[in-house]
Amino acid sequence: MEQAARLRPAFAGEAGRVTAAAEQPGKVIELEAVSVRYGLGRSATTALDETTLDVRKGEFISFVGPSGCGKSTILRLVSGLVRPTSGVVVVGGREVGVKALRIGMAFQNASMMPWLTVERNVMLPLKIVQPFRSEYRRKRKSEFRDRVRDLLAQVGLGGFANHFPWQLSGGMLQRANLCRALVHDPQLLLLDEPFGALDQFTREELWGTLQALWLAKRPTVLLVTHDLREAAFLGSRICVMSPRPGRIIDDRPVPFSYPRTLAMTYEPEFVALGKRMRELIAPLQPAGEGG
Amino acid sequence: MARFSRVLSATAVILGFFAVWELLCRLLHVSDLVLPLPSQVLVTLVTRFPDLWPHLAQTIMSTLTGFALGVLAGVVTGVMIGSSRLAYDTLYPLLIGFSSVPKVAIIPIFVIWFGAGTVPAVLTALSLSIFPVVVNVATGISTSEPELEDVLRALGASRGDILWNVALPRTLPYLFASLKVAITVAFIGSITSETIASNYGIGTVMMVASANFDVALLFAGLALISITGIALYGLFSFAEARLTGWATRESAVAT
Repeated sequence: MEQAARLRPAFAGEAGRVTAAAEQPGKVIELEAVSVRYGLGRSATTALDETTLDVRKGEFISFVGPSGCGKSTILRLVSGLVRPTSGVVVVGGREVGVKALRIGMAFQNASMMPWLTVERNVMLPLKIVQPFRSEYRRKRKSEFRDRVRDLLAQVGLGGFANHFPWQLSGGMLQRANLCRALVHDPQLLLLDEPFGALDQFTREELWGTLQALWLAKRPTVLLVTHDLREAAFLGSRICVMSPRPGRIIDDRPVPFSYPRTLAMTYEPEFVALGKRMRELIAPLQPAGEGG
Repeated sequence: MARFSRVLSATAVILGFFAVWELLCRLLHVSDLVLPLPSQVLVTLVTRFPDLWPHLAQTIMSTLTGFALGVLAGVVTGVMIGSSRLAYDTLYPLLIGFSSVPKVAIIPIFVIWFGAGTVPAVLTALSLSIFPVVVNVATGISTSEPELEDVLRALGASRGDILWNVALPRTLPYLFASLKVAITVAFIGSITSETIASNYGIGTVMMVASANFDVALLFAGLALISITGIALYGLFSFAEARLTGWATRESAVAT
């Protein structure tokens, strides 16, 4: 009964649809014929075109595709930062905008507040998101601090809680960024090229960190990336997108079991998977030829 | 060691300035009525300090009161202008118009409304200190990085949350930079008002000294004003360094 009350639709007209969603408790995100256009009139660009996508609880979906294919737009839709021009976005059984799920988000830019220490930066979601918000004043110096410190220790930032962001390297900032996205135990984690600005070695190290964090809590994850190896290493499912206007042109599971290791990425099956994605993304410009 | 020699050389240059002044006055036999000797000014300052102090205290009080109210009004207006296009389009032109009017021209109006004395001094200090605060706070708020705001917005934060946790802390360095300017002009404002319409305060002392051709006292008053101005500026510089060290980085503050 309580479940039904919580899933009451945001708009009366959506009643039928949302009830249908409630019958399949596994679905966390549903995009139905969603389009997003930026701008008006003739100068409008279609970032996302008639996209339909279902995401089930606990999945780790990697989105890959060329620049400007609307990958980030999907994340921004799901987080409510962008509204669909047409179509329906349902997150956690509710029309997006009504916060039905706790969402954690990390961008390519670590976006740490320069005036806060790493610890206070990571603690920020606890200050904003319920149910932590109402306990923030009482617990920020005890329980919440321990929680943040534990998380920082898990990603190897144990000794840096009281440092300021400018005292950290790019890789360390991204670790802190991951911690901030995870500190409030989100049911849904949205990662927008979080390792895009890092060097290869740091990036591969952070894949392991992210995988461990994900396996521990199993939130649903949407990851946007340009790196095909990264997509295949982390994702339980990969969606390949076409260039503008963005569409999902390929959507299939990754047939490797967790936890994955870097050695796996050099196995023939894994390499073949990467090659197939590469061909889907740019069939007309084979890598290594022409140019 | 480097710090010590810096302080030493700065002190030497400043003392040298007064020494040259003293020397030139003595060599060229400049009349006391035109330019008194620094030593004379110092003596006057020390001997008459008990008389000057209550006036100075009065001026500092009106300055700080006007400044505090001005900063409060300035921050509120600045936040509005920085976060709303409508406020930017309507309040900003009004504010610029108001600020372009010389305050000397407004003091008589304050006097008509509130009588001579403390109130016009406070109001003048207030009206002078608003402008720099508004401009800086508005700049800080409106240039707030959308990436930082998105972090909170994705968490479902309200506009108030974002203002409190991102825009305002980000604006602090801008605010403090403006406070140093604002406190200086507030001090000038209250003194100006006192010279025009008051019978108390350091501005009044200056007027009386001028009427009596008491040039040494006039210069002693000037010296007192300068020293107080430096002290007020230093106070806010210190607060700035302590509270917004993240913006200048610790290393820059330490030197």
